[in-house]
Amino acid sequence: MSITLDMAQVELREVNTTLQAAAKAQANEAYTITNTRGSHAIACGLDGPLEVTVQGSTGYYCAGMNKEAAITVTGSTGPGVAENMMSGVVTIEGDASQYAGATGHGGLLNIKGNASSRCGISMKGIDIVVHGNIGHMSAFMAQKGNLVVLGDAGDALGDSLYEARLFVRGDVKSLGADCIEKEMRPEHIELLADLLAKTGADAKPEEFKRYGSARKLYNFNIDHADEY
Amino acid sequence: MDHTPNTMPRQSWTFSNETNSEIRRAAATGIYDIRGGGAKRRVPHFDDLLFLGASMSRYPLEGYREKCETSVTLGTRFAKKPIELKIPITIAGMSFGSLSGPAKEALGRGATMAGTSTTTGDGGMTEEERGHSEKLVYQYLPSRYGMNPDDLRRADAIEIVVGQGAKPGGGGMLLGQKITERVAGMRDLPEGIDQRSACRHPDWTGPDDLEIKILELREITNWEKPIYIKVGGARPYYDVALAVKAGADVVVLDGMQGGTAATQDVFIEHVGQPTLACIRPAVQALQDLGMHRKVQLIISGGIRTGADVAKALALGADAVSVGTAALVALGDNDPKWEAEYQKLGSTTGAYDDWHEGQDPAGITTQDPDLMARLDPEIAGRKLRNYLNVLTLECQTLARACGKSHVHNLEPEDLCALTMEAAAMAQVPLAGTNWYPGKPGF
Amino acid sequence: MCGIVGLFLKKDELRPKLGGLLTDMLITMTDRGPDSAGIAIYGDEVSGRVKISVQSDTPKMAFADLDNDLSADLDAPVTMKILDTHAVLSLPAEAEEKAISLLEEKGLRIMGSGASMEIYKEVGLPKDVAARFGLRDMGGSHGIGHTRMATESAVTTMGAHPFSTADDQCLVHNGSLSNHNQMRRVLAQKGVMTRSENDTEVGAAYISSRIADGASLGEALEGTLDDLDGFFTFVTGTKNGFGVVRDPIACKPAVMAETDDYVAFASEYRAFADLPDIDGARVWEPEPATVYFWER
Repeated sequence: MSITLDMAQVELREVNTTLQAAAKAQANEAYTITNTRGSHAIACGLDGPLEVTVQGSTGYYCAGMNKEAAITVTGSTGPGVAENMMSGVVTIEGDASQYAGATGHGGLLNIKGNASSRCGISMKGIDIVVHGNIGHMSAFMAQKGNLVVLGDAGDALGDSLYEARLFVRGDVKSLGADCIEKEMRPEHIELLADLLAKTGADAKPEEFKRYGSARKLYNFNIDHADEY
Repeated sequence: MDHTPNTMPRQSWTFSNETNSEIRRAAATGIYDIRGGGAKRRVPHFDDLLFLGASMSRYPLEGYREKCETSVTLGTRFAKKPIELKIPITIAGMSFGSLSGPAKEALGRGATMAGTSTTTGDGGMTEEERGHSEKLVYQYLPSRYGMNPDDLRRADAIEIVVGQGAKPGGGGMLLGQKITERVAGMRDLPEGIDQRSACRHPDWTGPDDLEIKILELREITNWEKPIYIKVGGARPYYDVALAVKAGADVVVLDGMQGGTAATQDVFIEHVGQPTLACIRPAVQALQDLGMHRKVQLIISGGIRTGADVAKALALGADAVSVGTAALVALGDNDPKWEAEYQKLGSTTGAYDDWHEGQDPAGITTQDPDLMARLDPEIAGRKLRNYLNVLTLECQTLARACGKSHVHNLEPEDLCALTMEAAAMAQVPLAGTNWYPGKPGF
Repeated sequence: MCGIVGLFLKKDELRPKLGGLLTDMLITMTDRGPDSAGIAIYGDEVSGRVKISVQSDTPKMAFADLDNDLSADLDAPVTMKILDTHAVLSLPAEAEEKAISLLEEKGLRIMGSGASMEIYKEVGLPKDVAARFGLRDMGGSHGIGHTRMATESAVTTMGAHPFSTADDQCLVHNGSLSNHNQMRRVLAQKGVMTRSENDTEVGAAYISSRIADGASLGEALEGTLDDLDGFFTFVTGTKNGFGVVRDPIACKPAVMAETDDYVAFASEYRAFADLPDIDGARVWEPEPATVYFWER
């Protein structure tokens, strides 16, 4: 039984106060948000197990800084969905705009459509699975975690990458500075199989290529000065 | 035989020995010079202003009996829980990582005893700091190292850092020596690597996006925390106006003398405006928007004395922030370490390689042996003493101008010693009623 | 720093609704630009005649008998529509140049001109600006709107978008150009003058200048990628359509929606919430450094 919050009737402040309180109370309830009309910061700052379905499309920073909650958006999301997520699962049935999962520390972001530019920028441990394509500058300065892309990647993938792992099934338009293709070892196949299963992705781990940091920018070297 | 006289060897002003040493260093290493601290060149500063004390036309307040209030409330525009400080002097953001844990603790102890706030930095919130700071401002930076909603809610205010005075528009590169296991863990980075920092936030660009970011931060923290926006002194009129339009409760404006942990020397010395030149345009922007004293203005960059504090307030700031001075109060660049500074190729007062992690004073380091040199309790007391002196000095000057609250100081209480300072601070040149650019002359 | 909206109708049946749809889109973008708002609307045209949109801060005095005076000066029939601080004068196309200089001599501000384009822009909240001009009741084939958060140039009517620097051409912008002063000087040397200190007007003048030199609109928009520096999402309108281009870094937001009935552009999805059949629309983000163009 899901409780409905209709944003045609209820202000954003009340929606978030209600959701944050329910999450904190560990009530294990389910909520449905309707008439979102592209509003910003819907269901952000949740801290506890809670199931939230957002019907329609959202603006910026939906599910921002999520902890533990399972949030599903039936439409598309604006910039910065699940930014700085700590844990939990955020699922987007449609497309995600730029900065999806930016700086995320943990949890799983499952994007069924495409993601725009800067997907997983500066990610710090989050797992992101994109069933479609991703835009340019994705995984810029990505530090930790896994970015899985079933489609293609745009320009400058993984520029200035640290230790995040990138798996792309389709084409990569170009790799950013210090990002290289790497060998797919058994542990990567295993990790990928798990993420694909969790997100209901119709793909085999063996179809992906792995990209990671060449680690040439880790300590300043005059011969790599052009790359900075 | 007659001796032909020689011309004395003449050093070039353009190619000075110092300049040539930098050319040789660049040629040898192939990397720009990275250092800590703020601009070292001489720029017009608060020293170039004087107060007009009361005598016949104005009446002074009695120095030790008649009250002169120093309290300030920050964040009265939107936040449910504004910050109330006993003194108009706060501690600027300095990261754990650039500073040691004990140094952060000492800042918290000193600030708390003096009745003011301290600020985190680019590296997350530590227990030392939160535990010892009664009021703690949590910086929200492009790197988002250690950023999490729990610390956001434990903070007393949130400071969104758009830029800093040492490097408006710049990111930077921090060499790896200080990325120890603990620092690396907090930042989700491998140990010992150089840290490249971004110049823009990862998930917004510009004030129209920032307004939405602020909405999100307020929603996550129940609209309780004051939101500060920190900008470097570059185009202060526009930047302050846009910070207000984006929804700031408080604007922090950091002039070019403001310090930094580590960035390119060329950035520190050649980008940004002197603190003195930033204040009037910033206040003008607030006044034009009807927001002066409603959105509070904190000025930083080169504040050293109570006179600096009083002058910044007189020009329209609500409070000031100290960073470098606080480190000196803790013991940074103390002559007692002169022999060790010499070993590092520096000298007392000039030591600025804070990023290298070898600070003899044990402040800007992660080396356990060096860190142990700083006793956070003693250093905290020194900081409290220093903050008390700044406050007393500021009050003394305010009383001499007849003010029962330091916020009642005004530009008309000042005159300038130089044309440059007169133009930048828009206060008359001493002995005249004119400053460059003043209409009607 | 701003909000942009644009709507291009594919079917004539929707023409009477254009103003209403655009007004709702514009008001939704208030948070992104509370300082001023403006709209360029491409409405009916009369063969052989041109419309000149002018603005005055003292409209009562400035617009009194303006049509009759201008008609006498030009020795040609002139009609006038007054909407708040703006007036749209319709006159024979061959008299346009003389009319503009006469209007400027009278101290009127020229907002733009063209066979079908009318421009309305003022300082104030988008909802108030829309109400003053009755934007909701306007019909047309396509229109572009803008809400402005001023960065460096003043909050004035002349600083508001859209900017028009040639007949039936207009431009709105979200972002901040970093080489506009230099480009303004380059254009001035070619005799292309701008009327404000605004960076966007330089972008508009650049595009018109390239078109005047023989480039297609598509080529002119491609040119912005090489010749203009900084951050921009541009939407430009012409008599027959509109084009979109984002700089290569593409930080400023942009979203588009297309159905059988229309193509819509906005800075945020929110602006689409009231468009007909938006749930069935194809919604996507324009790629960086890529020119998009729709023409009827």
